[in-house]
Amino acid sequence: MSELTLLLIRLAFLAVLWFFVIAAVGVIRTDLFGSQTAGAASARKTPKPVKPAAKPKKGEPRQMVVTGGPLQGTTIPLSEATITIGRATESTLVVNDDYASSRHARLFPQDGQWIVEDLGSTNGTYLDRSKVTRPTPVPLGVPIRIGKTVIELRK
Amino acid sequence: MPAKRRVAQLAMLAFAVAIVMFAYANVGLAIDQKIPAGMLGYGLGLGGLMLVAYLVLAKFAPWADPLILPLVTLINGLGLVMIYRLEEVKAFGASASTQLMWTAVGVVMFTVTLIVLRDHRALQRLTYTSGALGLFLLISPLLPLIGVSQNGARIWIGIPGLGQLQPAEFAKLALIVFFAGYLVAKRDVLALAGRRLLFIDLPRARDLGPILIVWGLSLGVLILQKDLGSSLLIFGTFIAMLYVATQRTSWVLIGILLFIGGAVVAGTIFDHVYARWEVFLDPENQAFYDRELGGSRQLMQGLFSMATGKILGTGLGQGHPDLIPLAISDFIFPAIGEELGLTGLMALLMLYALLVERGLRTSLAARDPFSKLLAGGLSFILAWQVFIIVGGVTNLIPLTGLVTPFMSQGGSALLANWILIALLVRTSDTARQPPPQAIQDEGMTQVFQR
Repeated sequence: MSELTLLLIRLAFLAVLWFFVIAAVGVIRTDLFGSQTAGAASARKTPKPVKPAAKPKKGEPRQMVVTGGPLQGTTIPLSEATITIGRATESTLVVNDDYASSRHARLFPQDGQWIVEDLGSTNGTYLDRSKVTRPTPVPLGVPIRIGKTVIELRK
Repeated sequence: MPAKRRVAQLAMLAFAVAIVMFAYANVGLAIDQKIPAGMLGYGLGLGGLMLVAYLVLAKFAPWADPLILPLVTLINGLGLVMIYRLEEVKAFGASASTQLMWTAVGVVMFTVTLIVLRDHRALQRLTYTSGALGLFLLISPLLPLIGVSQNGARIWIGIPGLGQLQPAEFAKLALIVFFAGYLVAKRDVLALAGRRLLFIDLPRARDLGPILIVWGLSLGVLILQKDLGSSLLIFGTFIAMLYVATQRTSWVLIGILLFIGGAVVAGTIFDHVYARWEVFLDPENQAFYDRELGGSRQLMQGLFSMATGKILGTGLGQGHPDLIPLAISDFIFPAIGEELGLTGLMALLMLYALLVERGLRTSLAARDPFSKLLAGGLSFILAWQVFIIVGGVTNLIPLTGLVTPFMSQGGSALLANWILIALLVRTSDTARQPPPQAIQDEGMTQVFQR
């Protein structure tokens, strides 16, 4: 085996190794730039029009953001599905909080609005400053308090 | 909403196996001037194993992160190639077939863990059980009959007919589960109580209990088993998880102070700890270099090795990494550095960094505190372990004996790390799953489909 061949093999191996790293970063990129890139990637493969989930109109919330409490920073994208909040592990947002009940509250869409409903919790759910006693529509950016956790809907 | 990305995962997996086969061929061409006879066997063996792992993953954890498995495959495969290459030149203790066998056992454990453990949150109920298990595993080498002392460290247990195991590797997993469960329950009191002094919130004296207990535990490991690496690993991981749970810098400061105190005391009392420190300060000293036990010869040979590699390395099979004592275990990193150079080492570190990044992202995406702490702890311990050993062999920090995860020869570590990856994949699957869909939306009861 000549020196030159071995040199070429060596350089090729290093290049391939780095190419793997770059490819891995490429896979991650979809994670960083959200579902849009992933949507584009799948759209390229299957020509069926990607239906933007229920076409959120302007002014309609697209995500639920935890703005206070231990889970601060968590976001949950809104779809058609009901979001349940509580200590039970099957909740969509599991809060570990002595002031929260296991099935504390739920958020569901109705006629283009998101409604918050208290599910008979011990310490109550608060929309801004008022206690939620019946299913109440949630405006954008108004804080919902559940125990120590604060969440709000955002675009 | 994260996609499943199964195709990307399979492609990356095939790519990783291909790189490993390329490396085998390279070693054979350089040493024997021909493609090695065992290449197809090793390649198909590794490829088959990973295919099984992939299929189990697609069936039992379809939403899991697509990159974790390919990254681990490549790191494990590069370790295999390096061990094979050292075996070719008859380096002491190197055996690629044993390592491949342990990789197979590791993948089996990975799949079994994924199949048996459908919801990692079940582990939260086993908080204290796993704490006790971790403690038992840690002290088991000290028990008579099963404990075995080797190379001055008492960290092995002998199992008749099976060989030896290093229980500390499994203890770290059990302890992470315990820390996560314990901190979920107790973090409020650890985070909120206390008073403010200057810039930091000091905790109350009575809340120092847990951190002091873990500190005592890791000092015990250091003193009774002479195992510097595991001791540092456990304490550092606990501090990191405490910080993640409470978001208070004061815990990190207290942890560092306790660590420095412990290290100084251990250094003044125990010769073998002080010897490490001496060697760290002045490895080029001829007296240290010639010292029989605990000298700097291994460290210096590792540094020479990396220096020989320069930027591009000598090429696989063309250097002399067999000159480093124990190049197959603690010093596999400089061995890679000699043959692949700085370029290869950086790529390797990137692979570890990406793996840890995926783990931390899992922790961010997780929707309940236990999963957050578990994923955070598991990925931190990986990063911390790589830092301790790479820092050690490059003389950035004093050398403590720890294996390089997934690369060094050794069954226990490989097995434990594959289980760690299974737990991470399971957590990632739960975290990336879309929220449960309500099937019916009327009445008081709701049925959820996962």
